[in-house]
Amino acid sequence: MKVLVTGISGTLGRLTALKLLQHGYEVIGIDRRPWPDAPESVELFQADIRKRPAEDVFRTRRPDAAIHMATVTHLVHQSVDRMRVNLYGTRAFIHHCNRYGVKQAVFVGRHTFYGAAADSPLYHTEDEPPMSTHSFPELADLVAADLYAASALWRYPEIATSVLRIVYTLGPSKHGTLATFIRGPNVPLVMGFDPLFHFIHEDDAAEAIVTALGYKLHGIYNISGPTPVPLSTIVRAAGRRALPVPEIAFKLGLGRLGLPHLPSGAIDHLKYPIVVDSDAFRRATRYTHQYDERETINSFRAAR
Amino acid sequence: MVLLDNLFPIDPDVAARIEALDLQFNKFGVDPYGIDKNDLIRFMSAFAWIYRYYFKVDVYGIDNVPGRGRAILVGNHSGGVAIDGAMVMGSMLLDAEPPRLPHAMLDKFIHQFPGASKLMSRTGQFTGNPDQAKRLLRAERLILAFPEGARGTAKLAKDADSLVEFGTGFMRLALETKSPIVPFGFVGGGDALPTIANLKGLGRLFGVPYIPVTKWIVLVPKPTRFQLLYGKPLTFEGSGHERDEVVCAMVDQVKERIRDLIRQGRQLREKEISEEDLVL
Repeated sequence: MKVLVTGISGTLGRLTALKLLQHGYEVIGIDRRPWPDAPESVELFQADIRKRPAEDVFRTRRPDAAIHMATVTHLVHQSVDRMRVNLYGTRAFIHHCNRYGVKQAVFVGRHTFYGAAADSPLYHTEDEPPMSTHSFPELADLVAADLYAASALWRYPEIATSVLRIVYTLGPSKHGTLATFIRGPNVPLVMGFDPLFHFIHEDDAAEAIVTALGYKLHGIYNISGPTPVPLSTIVRAAGRRALPVPEIAFKLGLGRLGLPHLPSGAIDHLKYPIVVDSDAFRRATRYTHQYDERETINSFRAAR
Repeated sequence: MVLLDNLFPIDPDVAARIEALDLQFNKFGVDPYGIDKNDLIRFMSAFAWIYRYYFKVDVYGIDNVPGRGRAILVGNHSGGVAIDGAMVMGSMLLDAEPPRLPHAMLDKFIHQFPGASKLMSRTGQFTGNPDQAKRLLRAERLILAFPEGARGTAKLAKDADSLVEFGTGFMRLALETKSPIVPFGFVGGGDALPTIANLKGLGRLFGVPYIPVTKWIVLVPKPTRFQLLYGKPLTFEGSGHERDEVVCAMVDQVKERIRDLIRQGRQLREKEISEEDLVL
């Protein structure tokens, strides 16, 4: 079976490609970025998902399945370009899947879809609407891309489409939203708040994506690893020092004084938890994560 | 938490009771809802002193609370802040056999405050939300609800034993999840914190419903003996999707039961009856 992966050169893209090979799939990849040491068996095309050359890959290679990971999630990328990549990219992906006979499509999204607020419940289920785009407009494009991808479920019911909402990934690559946030020796936290953080080992995340493909899932699924852990506990377990900063100073100092470059809406994500219920996915696929909370954090901590 | 550590050493009895809770802690000592075993031990070690020595709570009918499985504790607010909630928490964790951790359904403003948010998160106290409550009940947890809400804490001291309007959310929750309701009556809050006025405008400025003013102006409760009476569990049949009139009639039954428990608590307090006379 031939699987096309968009955004294959990203950390999770590479891990997923390697897992696909292990599971015996034929892998084709599209990315604007190169992947210099990619395995020879992976056929790579350096192209933008929104442009003609990417469509040509769909037309000439005729993949059986496609996994869409070409979304920009870094919050430092505050550009119109990011919005265009995320929305027009998703549109192009779904369009090409339909036009070129792809039988299965997987959209890889984020659990931050649900948003964080003082009154949001723990363990969001897939039917819950995104509640916090007003307080965190920088995430609106990802939320819209998620909803847009889900629209393929009724627009093209003949394609087995699955939308995956994966929690923060953590692991030896030290890439991803959570890993970037706790990269330095001192990690600023919002004083007096300590939300639960839901995370998954990056290998487990890649395995989950391949599992979703294997089971030809049709629908929206949350994906999580071990039970969530308070942010301050993660910081300490990762060998970092937690530096509680009063919220006002945190807001004023964003991007300065060693505080991270984050939009102010991100502060809610450092105050309140986003925890998801992944029972539906586990029931549908009998998926289990391999790395527990401590092993996951240690793999991040030990990496050079 | 650091401050608590230095002021109050860990109470081995409290630690043993927290260890005995029917919760699944992960490798970091955190349960799936974020309850941190060590934080809970530290906090309850300090709180046990307040519960046992600063205040004194006479608890009756504690065996009416099921030792395991889902249930909703439903009772009255009595006094300007939710001391009653804290004392129910204390009785469940420090007196009940086996100990249980109730999850109170909090007003939204509490989690907006630094410190309070952290403490409540680590001790399993969440903003009241039907989805959250349903999930906890289905996980066989114990929920603590005050159907009077902030209207109840806003009662002035002279009205402490009265009941204001009840919300119906708890009853729909009980019906939908087939959970028994354990009514309780709490007496004495009005003596601990005799509120004479509530400053609503000032409260809004600080992001709280109101700021209570006591007889001695400041919001410090005086050492008080409380009566806490747990009644027999009540079960109601239904789906939780009944018409309002049907649900309201059930809510009234619970309210009457609570009114009766408060009356008996008051009589005990005034030494008009003794423990043997109680009908729980």
